[in-house]
Amino acid sequence: MSDDNPMFRVRQLSVALPDFANKPPFGRPPLIRILNGLDFEIQAGSVLGVVGGSGSGKSTLGRTLVRLLKPSSGLIEFEGADIGQLDEEQMRPLRRRLQMIFQDPMSSLNPRRRVKEIIADPLRIHGLDRIDARVDEALDHVGLPRSFRQRYPHELSGGQRQRIGIARAIAMRPDFILADEIVSGLDVSSQAQVLNLLEDLVRELGLTVAFISHDLSVIRRLCSQVLVLNRGSIVEYSPVEELFAAPKSEYTRELLDSIPLPDPDQPGW
Amino acid sequence: MTGFLEIDNLSAVIRGSQDRILRSVSLQVNTGEVHGLVGESGAGKSMIGKAVLGILPGAIEIVEGQVRLDGEDLFALHLNERRRLIGTKAALIPQDPLTALNPSRRIRAQITDRLVDVLGWTKHDAANRAAELLEEVHISDPARVLASYPHELSGGMRQRVLIASAFAANPQLVIADEPTTALDVTVQKQILRLIRELQQRHGTAMLFVTHDLGVVSKICQRLSVLFAGKVVEQAEVAQFYRSPRHDYSRALLVATPKYTEPLTSLMPVDESVISAVSVEIEAADREWRGV
Repeated sequence: MSDDNPMFRVRQLSVALPDFANKPPFGRPPLIRILNGLDFEIQAGSVLGVVGGSGSGKSTLGRTLVRLLKPSSGLIEFEGADIGQLDEEQMRPLRRRLQMIFQDPMSSLNPRRRVKEIIADPLRIHGLDRIDARVDEALDHVGLPRSFRQRYPHELSGGQRQRIGIARAIAMRPDFILADEIVSGLDVSSQAQVLNLLEDLVRELGLTVAFISHDLSVIRRLCSQVLVLNRGSIVEYSPVEELFAAPKSEYTRELLDSIPLPDPDQPGW
Repeated sequence: MTGFLEIDNLSAVIRGSQDRILRSVSLQVNTGEVHGLVGESGAGKSMIGKAVLGILPGAIEIVEGQVRLDGEDLFALHLNERRRLIGTKAALIPQDPLTALNPSRRIRAQITDRLVDVLGWTKHDAANRAAELLEEVHISDPARVLASYPHELSGGMRQRVLIASAFAANPQLVIADEPTTALDVTVQKQILRLIRELQQRHGTAMLFVTHDLGVVSKICQRLSVLFAGKVVEQAEVAQFYRSPRHDYSRALLVATPKYTEPLTSLMPVDESVISAVSVEIEAADREWRGV
């Protein structure tokens, strides 16, 4: 797909959510603005990194892209058609194509279901065929033995659980995957494994990914384009090499300077 | 050399089993020194801190070894004496500032409780000290914060409160258990600087538990790398980052993300390294059972 035909084209996206902390005793809660007029694109086959501090709106942005949330205003064009205001019924054909991997694999995998059911359930809901074969294929893709079909989530390590989360998403053969802080709960070594895996899958399956993270080191490894959010606005939107070579915004600079490198002589500390 | 905190050959097992959680751990922390405890999850780094403070979970039993605090052998003391000694000389900075604070009580009470109940201060003195402490951790309006509930404060602010509370009674040893893991990087930097500042000003001995080799390099002078409850390497920080001696430490260092070196960092720890350490550990276990 060429540059003028991105998978996602987002224009003036704003999201406001009800603020229940300040709800009056009677009547509606006031709205609190989370995202303010965002413009960006995601090219098919690319990985967009989304960074920002806590409360910057990065998860809200991700959830709005896959339409778990509805934008208050603005356009979300997916393959040329605005999906911003579609209702649940109209979204359904798109759900299989837009998948999500979550931060905490323990709370996003049902503890009472076996791995095979966890991966197979969404396939069944979407009426896909050859379910057993697809489950095996997904396990192969994420590098877990097929014998793991019988296991429960508590019988897996953190890194393995996150692989199951990935397997569940790719089994659907999606076009787009939203990965929201998927390595932040993992040890560095499992982090590296999961990132390598995601990198391989993007290449092999031609996936398009929005990768949300608070960690710029991880973003640099995986992403081609980076979007830096601060208080719900884009403060920088650049190709990854540019951002690291010469950050344009003060906030990005501050984020970079705050990362503790494993080096006792790092300047600025 | 004698340290303020001396852990000697400490082993702990899951009660009723032979499975060691801590494997003959020895380390020393001198006054004014910060000692990092690094390892992946389940390596036992928090357990060491908990063993020192006497707050190990009930299912874990210390079967061997000594912990000396300021020269006193903790396990030789009666429970009450041990508690009094730990309570007056040591303090903890916990990981999660939200669960460590009582959501239904104001900050003031949570800082002063320990001073009044454990150390016998008057309420008036304790309240003054609390205000003073919040200034020391660079909180600009101590009066407002003291009157606040935890949910009214940001994560960074709550962590400042806990640091203030840890330093309240001038402890000589502070155990910091992943104190910045739950924070944003920008806040993490401020908090690390703050901990370093207080530690240096008071000359506190500190045991700093973390999984992040980046953080260790910013605050510690010495470190112990743990794998499955065993110290695989103990070193000066400056020397460690130049040339780690153990293969596992080297692998851990390469696995640590470095945005300045995207191609040579964030590499998984090699299976061969893991099996080599596991062999080392089995050998140590055999020897230990033989004793």
